[in-house]
Formats: sequence, structure tokens, C-alpha cells
Amino acid sequence: MVKSVVGEENFIDMVPNRSNNYCCGGGGGFLQSGYKDARLEYGRIKDEQIQATRADYCVAACHNCHAQIHELSEHFGGHYGVVHLWSIICLSLGILGPNERTYLNDDLKTVNVFHPETEM
Amino acid sequence: MQGVFEEKGPSNRYVAEKEGQMTQEPIRLSGKKTSTFIDKVKELLPDGGNLNLCLTCGACSSGCPATGLEGMDPRKFLRMAALGMDEEVTSTPWVWMCSMCQRCIYVCPMKIDIPRLVYFARQSWPRETRPKGILGSCDMALKNDTCSAMGAGEEDFQFVVEDVLEEYREAQPEFAEMEAPIDKQGAEFFVNQNSREPVTEPDELLPLWKILHTVGADWTYGSKGWAAENYCMFLADDESWKHITQTAVKQADDLGCKVFLNTE
Ligand code: SF4
Ligand code: SF4
Repeated sequence: MVKSVVGEENFIDMVPNRSNNYCCGGGGGFLQSGYKDARLEYGRIKDEQIQATRADYCVAACHNCHAQIHELSEHFGGHYGVVHLWSIICLSLGILGPNERTYLNDDLKTVNVFHPETEM
Repeated sequence: MQGVFEEKGPSNRYVAEKEGQMTQEPIRLSGKKTSTFIDKVKELLPDGGNLNLCLTCGACSSGCPATGLEGMDPRKFLRMAALGMDEEVTSTPWVWMCSMCQRCIYVCPMKIDIPRLVYFARQSWPRETRPKGILGSCDMALKNDTCSAMGAGEEDFQFVVEDVLEEYREAQPEFAEMEAPIDKQGAEFFVNQNSREPVTEPDELLPLWKILHTVGADWTYGSKGWAAENYCMFLADDESWKHITQTAVKQADDLGCKVFLNTE
């Protein structure tokens, strides 16, 4: 699905991947557990995996992962974008409006904007 | 230990370092084995969760992102439980740092269910001593039938959904016919939603709605049980977890929906 949305040549999988991939550390209640330092330390492996791909964006499928990986990107200084799957699907379909781009970085903020005149 | 399960990627060295630090402290036993915790857990799991089959190979720990936190790792946790160190096993905050991702089961040659052991260790904490954030989110979700951990009620949700829908139908006329129904009888898909969207970033609701509209999906939210998060599960509070799941499932059944689409 991601390949068909961003183009085969723009998709870089992380290593290891699929069932052998690492959890980002947002799940299991970790985000609300209060153990913030431990949670970021847990996420170090995920962040290294993502940074090793040198990809500009990481796509997250659920809200917990999105919140955690977004924080990892800032905390470890990778500053890659972290987007919901639904955002890039709509972007590729040309139906993503200007106010639905909170998680797109500057490189995509103005690309293929649906009804740009409605920007708030 | 590393050779047994060779990981690619940049984290190899990191995990090895963390493990190196940890092995410096020997574990001392009191001598008398009075274990009850692991035995109780074994009784609850199919095939005893394979909890007594550990080969101590370390594949679990070498690929666990929680290895090294609180001086703990999955193999050590399991060994301590097997050695009857109930006090340590049921008091270490590490059980809240294992995300129960199940990767250790995936790589374990004996398919040992360490996350379930972690789950029951969480459960052994008196409820009021479990992490405040998780406890508060669970308790909030129990307060009303929306099951929202952020406390959003039926009317709050309905207001936001209708308000945002109307705004976008006007601003983006291609979607003038788009719907975001609540309690639509007989819809095919029952869709739930993380509370964070309606409560803090309602514009993020739109991409999902647009996709569902574009593919012609017949879907609905439920006035009850629309919230996708379930912190009672993470709290290891079985009764409350069940209550929340049942509330959502009952609503989907009452509406006659065929598919429960969990977006979380
Ligand atoms: S739990 Fe499984 S992976 Fe971990 S040390 Fe034991 S046998 Fe190996
Ligand atoms: S379930 Fe827990 S112990 Fe197992 S790999 Fe995941 S975080 Fe580590």
C-alpha cells in the first residue's frame, strides 16, 4: 500500500522488518506510564532503524506509534517527518487540504494542495 | 549470545553494550524456593505459556528494546520468576517498560510467552499503585459509554463530528455528499477513533473520512464505544478491559454492523 502511494522507488524498508521489526515503544500503555526517559531509551533502536534508511518520512499506521515516533524524531534529532497513513493516501489522491497537513514537513506542505484557498 | 540470533542494523552493538552492563551484578537467592507467582501464571496459560521450557539462549533479550532498562531484560525476568524471586518480579517497574510487543515470542525457539508473564506481574500490583497515567486513562474511559480515555462524551463527539463535517462539505465541494454518520443502522463497517482526533486535532479526522467516502464504504461510528483506545487493557485490569470491549462490540452488534474496523 505504501509503495503504491509514494512510488516503489521512494519506499525504503527498515532492517529488520515485518514480524522481525522492533516495537517503537509507544504501545502497551508506555505513553501514559510516566516513565518518559525509559520510553525514549526504548525507542532508541527504532529511531536508529529509521535514521539508517535516510528516508524523509516515516509512515505510522496507528496513533500510539505516531505520537511515539514523532517524539523520537525530535528527541534524537533525526527530524524526519512522521505521517499517518491516511494523510499520504489523501496526498497521493490530490484530496489533502491545507489544514490537514500538520505532520507534513515544509517540503510537502505546499505540494498538490486541495483547495489551497481554504487555508486557515 | 549475540551469535545465536544475529540481528542486522545499527542497534546490535547497543544491545550488546546494555547486556554487558547488566551481567555484572550476580543474582543472589535466599535458598528456599517459595515460588507461587510463576506457577499461578502457568495455570492460566495454554500449555503453561511454555514458561518452563527456557533454554536461556538469550534471543529474546538480544532483540528486546526494553533490555537494560531498570537492569532488566526478558530472559532475566523469566529466570527470576523461575527461581521464585516473586518479590522482585512483582515489584520491578520494568513490567511497565515492556510494551508487550511479543517480539520475544516470535524469536524464541520455545515460543515462551514472556509478555503474558509481564501482564500478570502488572496485575499483581495493587490497582491504585499502578502508573497514574494509565490508571487515570482507564478510569476516565469507565466513566461513560463512549469509552473515551480523554473523557469526551456522546454529545461532545457528535458536536465535533457534525461541525467539522459541515465545514469541510462547504470548503471542499467535491465532498459535499460526504457523510460521517453516528449510529447508522445496518452500516457495513463500525469504525472507531482515537479520542485525540476529535478532542485535540479534529482536522485529522478528515483524511480517513475522505478515503472511506472515495471508496464508497458504508460505515458508521457508534455514539457508544467510538473511542479506540483501551488503557484498561494496559492497566492489566481484566474486568474493565472486558467492559470497554463489550461496550463497543455491543454497539456494533446493535447497529447490525458486519465489520469492526479498529483504527488504533
Ligand atoms: S525465553 Fe526463549 S528466547 Fe529467551 S532465553 Fe529462553 S528460550 Fe531463549
Ligand atoms: S514483549 Fe516485552 S520483553 Fe518481549 S520483546 Fe517486547 S518489550 Fe521485550
